Amino acid sequence: MIKKFDKKDEESGSGSNPFQHLEKSAVLQEARIFNETPINPRRCLHILTKIIYLLNQGEHFGTTEATEAFFAMTRLFQSNDQTLRRMCYLTIKEMANISEDVIIVTSSLTKDMTGKEDVYRGPAIRALCRITDTTMLQAIERYMKQAIVDKVPSVSSSALVSSLHMVKMSYDVVKRWVNEAQEAASSDNIMVQYHALGLLYHLRKNDRLAVTKMLNKFTKSGLKSPFAYCMLIRIASKLLDETEGGHDSPLFDFIESCLRNKNEMVVYEAASAIVHMPNCTARELAPAVSVLQLFCSSPKAALRYAAVRTLNKVAMKHPSAVTACNLDLENLITDSNRSIATLAITTLLKTGSESSVDRLMKQISSFVSEISDEFKVVVVQAISALCQKYPRKHSVMMNFLSNMLRDDGGFEYKRAIVDCIISIIEENPESKETGLAHLCEFIEDCEHTVLATKILHLMGKEGPRTPQPSKYIRFIFNRVVLESEAVRAAAVSALAKFGAQNDDLLPSVLVLLQRCMMDSDDEVRDRATFYMNVLQQKQKALNAAYIFNGLSVSIPGLEKSLHQYTLEPSEKPFDMKTVPLATAPITEQKTEIAPVATSKLPEKLAPSRQDIYQEQLAAIPEFQGLGPLFKSSEPVQLTEAETEYVVRCIKHTFAGHMVFQFDCTNTLNDQLLQKVVVQMEPSEAYEVVHCVPAPSLPYSQPGSCYTLIRLPDDDPTAVSCTFSCTMKYLVRDCDPNTGEPDDDGYDDEYVLEDLEVTVADHIQKVLKPNFGAAWEEVGDEFEKEETFALASVRTLDEAVGNIINFLGMQPCERSDKVPENKNSHVLFLAGECRGSSGGPFVPLWGETPTGFKSGTPHHLTLRTEEASRMRGETSSSNLKKSRRFSFQAP
Amino acid sequence: MDQTSVRRTEITHPQYEEPSLYTVKAVFILDNDGNRLLSKYYDPELYPSMKEQKTFERNVFNKTHKADNEIAFLEGMTIVYKSSIDLFFYVVGSAQENELMLMSVLNCLFDSTSHILRKNVEQRCLLENMEGVFLVVDEIIDGGVILESDPQQVLQKVNYRADENPLTEQSVAQVLQSAKEQIKWSILK
Repeated sequence: MIKKFDKKDEESGSGSNPFQHLEKSAVLQEARIFNETPINPRRCLHILTKIIYLLNQGEHFGTTEATEAFFAMTRLFQSNDQTLRRMCYLTIKEMANISEDVIIVTSSLTKDMTGKEDVYRGPAIRALCRITDTTMLQAIERYMKQAIVDKVPSVSSSALVSSLHMVKMSYDVVKRWVNEAQEAASSDNIMVQYHALGLLYHLRKNDRLAVTKMLNKFTKSGLKSPFAYCMLIRIASKLLDETEGGHDSPLFDFIESCLRNKNEMVVYEAASAIVHMPNCTARELAPAVSVLQLFCSSPKAALRYAAVRTLNKVAMKHPSAVTACNLDLENLITDSNRSIATLAITTLLKTGSESSVDRLMKQISSFVSEISDEFKVVVVQAISALCQKYPRKHSVMMNFLSNMLRDDGGFEYKRAIVDCIISIIEENPESKETGLAHLCEFIEDCEHTVLATKILHLMGKEGPRTPQPSKYIRFIFNRVVLESEAVRAAAVSALAKFGAQNDDLLPSVLVLLQRCMMDSDDEVRDRATFYMNVLQQKQKALNAAYIFNGLSVSIPGLEKSLHQYTLEPSEKPFDMKTVPLATAPITEQKTEIAPVATSKLPEKLAPSRQDIYQEQLAAIPEFQGLGPLFKSSEPVQLTEAETEYVVRCIKHTFAGHMVFQFDCTNTLNDQLLQKVVVQMEPSEAYEVVHCVPAPSLPYSQPGSCYTLIRLPDDDPTAVSCTFSCTMKYLVRDCDPNTGEPDDDGYDDEYVLEDLEVTVADHIQKVLKPNFGAAWEEVGDEFEKEETFALASVRTLDEAVGNIINFLGMQPCERSDKVPENKNSHVLFLAGECRGSSGGPFVPLWGETPTGFKSGTPHHLTLRTEEASRMRGETSSSNLKKSRRFSFQAP
Repeated sequence: MDQTSVRRTEITHPQYEEPSLYTVKAVFILDNDGNRLLSKYYDPELYPSMKEQKTFERNVFNKTHKADNEIAFLEGMTIVYKSSIDLFFYVVGSAQENELMLMSVLNCLFDSTSHILRKNVEQRCLLENMEGVFLVVDEIIDGGVILESDPQQVLQKVNYRADENPLTEQSVAQVLQSAKEQIKWSILK
């Protein structure tokens, strides 16, 4: 039938694709023979194939022409040719979205689905469900129920899978088929078993009790399908995770027993589930690791890949557990599949000793150009982790990275390298100059604006403090001459920092800035003019405030405040202090070292946690007029994890008030709670102003209630306070199955744990990139020095950690990391205090004396900026406050 | 108190996707220039437009056609593949998916196709029996759910027979014909 094309194709010599030069209009023209009598099955079949092929190639069909072809196709149901009928089903599915009135084939399909020909029944069900909508579903419900329990496996499977697809559309109808699905689950056919399990879980997944029962049943009875086993393992590990079940739970035993299943797929699924469990001990991991080790020598590439990828994950948390596999991993280094080789090497880098690093690095570099960008990123991340582990190896790594930087690669890859070099520079002061030199070279020819600006920013920060700052000026100024606007602007800012820090470079920097003032771009000119004027003043304080340490407000907050300001015209100038502060970025967040799904979505500036809270609180009328949200604490648990009600509290600090947000969850399915409030009894002169109740708390749906407290403004020393908390509510008993509550209810209360407000709640972290400048900016006029004893602290690390936690201030210049083998340390902290119109900025210089021992005195030097402004009084009271800091070890 | 809060945060970022039957994200067959012969995408959020799909297929092809390595990881997806003469078969799943499940789908697809093509797994034969291949894919995966993974079952359900006149006979005749021609010419010379 297609052979008539063959000759022509051979002549044209353009491959042998008979579908290559298909024209949509010609095919639709041909489709007219569908109307001929008698039907010619072979020709019609061929035309349907062409239509589906065209649709598959992405050819666009207009609604009219599609509908026309569809209606012509319906006539083909008169033929009894099997393949032709099957192709009609396919056409119906492909055209369901582009043609109109597809439901006219409903009766034909219903006939096939209930007919005698078993070959038609399954596919007919699937085609029918594809074109059925909610209103028509009721009409075929009876047939679907019968089909689910049909003894022909393909019919039952088709009905189950189609039901699963329709759950999204009409959950309520499909839910009624649960008994049929239950019956299908005990079928002898392995695929029917699998599909029934999938549908049952999907219908019950929100009912934890039902899922538990289902798991119990199937884990005991045993299933035949390996797919169903994998599904059960996933459900079990999810349930373990949610219920925080210990590893002595029967669910864990089930997963572990699957390690001895005879099917590799199930064994691997179980091993992977165990590896991914949080808080897994080395002993629990061991059996999983040993099956993965066996897989490493499998002849199947997919199995080797799966095994080494999972071992790589284990190595991130438990490197020692993987050491036993080192020999097998070594063998995989030469694997012809480069993905496997890369994963093997990066795993070895995590588990191996310092001496093997050089050899492994050499091996990676031999094939790094052959692997995909995703895996190159994995390599870079492994190197980054290695540098933290073996700081002495940084020169080898740096060399390797700089070579990789010169190779071709996409943005994600380059960004990973740049991030890695930056982190090495920050960790190892001695690598700073080589690192900066490599980066300088990179931006000479860098197509990614984001990276160029990032590197320029880093050069501005680190460059001026190197022994020879002048050599960076050339690289920076080249950018001003050669690059796009955003990069030029970043270069101008970097130049200004050199001028501000190095007096001998100032004249040349001023000349260069003068030139930038002729730039064609507004932003570049503005920046140049601004920096020029600041630098000419030659005042350290100005430099610190406007060049080194920029704005510390939250950007989305600033946007919102400015928008608000433009909406309400007023004579007053915009007050920067009404803008909430930026929350310091969490630096300790570890990046996952695994081939993670690189997001395809464009990155957008996600509002911080605090911005989200600000928005939520502003929506509550009682809390308007409190001013900008100053700080939101981490959630504090006020109940044990396994109690009837779970309550946690987030403390929101405002200028003169605090709002306590209680997130409550009701874990009793036979109760509905209403009018939930938390009553607070303060120990100090704190005044409870208002309670906003949570109107209703149904089973397992979290809700929030709030309590507003006014902070005492007459006594600034009252910074800490303990509240005893009681939750009060109206209980209405209800039916656990339907959730229908009784008409009457009764009042009840529940005692929560005490809640403490500490110093840290009044201080917001502020990151000062250049601490020295900030310190000088405040000046020694407002300095206070105190000595404290740290009672039961044993190590320097512990002392530093405790001080940071107690004060809730931001460590600057990476001074929170105590170098090894030191017995004294200087810690720089910066923060802003609550209240007093935006709050004074408080840098703190903490110094531990040499010969650190438990209980030795600890000097704290504090400077505040506030006194230089109009309210000297507040400043002194803040100083008083600071004097009350006492370091009783917790 | 501290420990519970740490555990809480871990729970809010589940490492697992919701357990579900939706295993396969996409399946496609390409020719030896990386052009699409057949392709199905089952996750509407993954490469929604035809242009994105074809770019993805092109990328996958470029990274995989040189070496028959069976498995690759690209654009955050696990891809298992297999080639035969001038055809490339691909099955795509999420990064968290069980690689062996994807393999069983790929093997089933390949074996079933090979059977209906009477072991001639090459482009021309595939295109001549395109309807059979469409039906095979439809029986193996339905909307991303593995419907069947046993080639015998698939073949039984599809019940498709390749053309009566197998291509091999025809090509033998062609070879004979051309041989005759050549001999004729050599004698005439």
